[in-house]
Amino acid sequence: MAAFSTRRLSSYMVLGIPIAWIIIFMLVPYGVLLTYSFWVKKYPLFVPAFQFGNYITVFTDPQYLRVLLRTLKISALVSLASLLLAYPFAYFLVFRLKNQSLRVWLYMAVIAPLWVSYLLRAYTWKSILGTQGVLNSFLMSTGITTEPSTIFLYNQSAMVVTLTYIFIPFMVMPIYAALEKIPNNLSEASADLGMGPIRTFLRITLPLSLPGIVAGFTLTFCLSFGDFIAPFLVGGPDGLLVANVIVSQFGAALNWPLGSALSVVMLFIVLAIITASDRLERFGQQGH
Amino acid sequence: MASIIELNDIRKVYGGVIVGVDHVSMSVEDGEFVTLLGPSGCGKSTLLRMIGGFEQPTAGQIVLAGRDVTYEPPHKRDVNMVFQDYALFPHMTVGENISYGLRMMGLPRSETRSKAVEALDLVGLPEKIDQKPHELSGGQRQRIALARAIVRNPKVLLLDEPLSALDANLREQMQVELKHMHEKVGITFIMVTHDQTEALVMSDRVIVMEKGRVAQDGTPAELYDHPETPYVANFIGTTNFLPARVLSRDGGSVVVEAGGTRIIAEVGGALPEGEHIRIGIRPEKLHFAESGASGPGNTLEGRIEEQIYYGLGMRTVVRLAEGSTVLVDGLLPEAVARTTLPEIGSNVRLSIAPHNVRVFAAEN
Repeated sequence: MAAFSTRRLSSYMVLGIPIAWIIIFMLVPYGVLLTYSFWVKKYPLFVPAFQFGNYITVFTDPQYLRVLLRTLKISALVSLASLLLAYPFAYFLVFRLKNQSLRVWLYMAVIAPLWVSYLLRAYTWKSILGTQGVLNSFLMSTGITTEPSTIFLYNQSAMVVTLTYIFIPFMVMPIYAALEKIPNNLSEASADLGMGPIRTFLRITLPLSLPGIVAGFTLTFCLSFGDFIAPFLVGGPDGLLVANVIVSQFGAALNWPLGSALSVVMLFIVLAIITASDRLERFGQQGH
Repeated sequence: MASIIELNDIRKVYGGVIVGVDHVSMSVEDGEFVTLLGPSGCGKSTLLRMIGGFEQPTAGQIVLAGRDVTYEPPHKRDVNMVFQDYALFPHMTVGENISYGLRMMGLPRSETRSKAVEALDLVGLPEKIDQKPHELSGGQRQRIALARAIVRNPKVLLLDEPLSALDANLREQMQVELKHMHEKVGITFIMVTHDQTEALVMSDRVIVMEKGRVAQDGTPAELYDHPETPYVANFIGTTNFLPARVLSRDGGSVVVEAGGTRIIAEVGGALPEGEHIRIGIRPEKLHFAESGASGPGNTLEGRIEEQIYYGLGMRTVVRLAEGSTVLVDGLLPEAVARTTLPEIGSNVRLSIAPHNVRVFAAEN
């Protein structure tokens, strides 16, 4: 009995630290955020209350709704662009490249930028797309344009390009892993049963790699959804995302209740996406 | 019967240096069950994959039903393969797996369904049609893989070590089942295996391969009773090899000196006197002779060193007078109690009929 309770005590202690960590650094801050989102702003103070005014503002004020929709659109475009670039790349690495060491090198080439500072990578695109940038110099030296163009930088496409570049490793990794798991003899069996390469891809390889696609889509979407540096560096005036608005609510605008309400909405959108993708992934994995 | 598939001087070289398949020619008749037998790395699987279209030969020609298919992709060949680990599509049901190959044949939907059901009936698993492969046992998956390949009614069915993933009991049962299946559907079967029992039990003809070449091609009985090389003699069944020297030749038989005595062997072909050779004797063709009595044929003398009981019979290790050992296999009839058998350490005489002695070239 004594031994039993000692063991129980030690197991509590082992679990206690991470649980305390989660409570203090995750649940409490979320609770604070949620509480603030119901408060009222009375300059220069925030007054405790329970009302939904902040949420109504988020969903009715076109200013905030527009930012929310823009963020969803940018995130979707980033995920889509990442998918269209990452899938063929991963497919090539797994199924077409015979040279094992070259495969590892190319894979590392995609992963390695993750070890470089995020800020640096975002800044890179500023120097590529800017008026004094690499792209403009190239266009002028080849005579395609005569003077530096400003259309590349400070807009939404610059943001999509930058975010795609930054988050594409998170698309490549799960797709690569999913494709690598598909036994080679399944495509052989498909060919053996009369299906050409395209049909084999559509009926066998693509469905079996769906969990990787879903995982990659979720990661890139959620990461872009919460980004606030790319809009700051390359986004320009119409490129603000939800995260930027939240930052300003807690800063210059000094409206913590509204900022909290925006954060809570954002949190729920991300949770909804993760739940949906989890369901989808499980659905895809039923066959394994 | 006409030949359904012909391989003409097939060669497969990897990276310009490693020879996988070396000048192999063979012809398989319509409806035959042919097995490619050999150890791993002998080129048998490569050969099968070339027939299936998954690999291309470096040189040579593959003719399927009169048409050159050497460089045709797999989806355009009228052959189907049962893969070693079945390669069932995990995201499809059993029914979808089986009808997968029918989709491209332009059949109406109802006929596709009825054909799939028919194929499932054939392998005895009609109730599994809506299950996923991961819900089935190994033996059931094996049958589904077979049904999926047979349903297209191919000209040739290829089986790549089809039973290797099953446990021993199930394997034995499936050997017989596959053989019956072959008789029932009448499709030509070409199987690859490294298991000699499997090859002997199931096939009409066995092609033994060694290092990318055909070592011997014949019926199971021909291979077992008349192996042409020591390799075949040892790969199919067990053989006692004894170094020997030719003493004299007399018509259809030859007298050699081996195991410390004179042995007569019935052989054809020229053997110069004094030539060093090897003789091969199957363990179950050796018999214990009554002591004193001189039995018919040849007699070897030795001492029993070890006895290995394996239920059905007894394997005895006998050390011959001149030093080498031979194995003797004998069934244990009910009447013979184990105690009445010669004991370890006792001297015995072994007899062997001249027509059961094989003659091979000496070891290099």
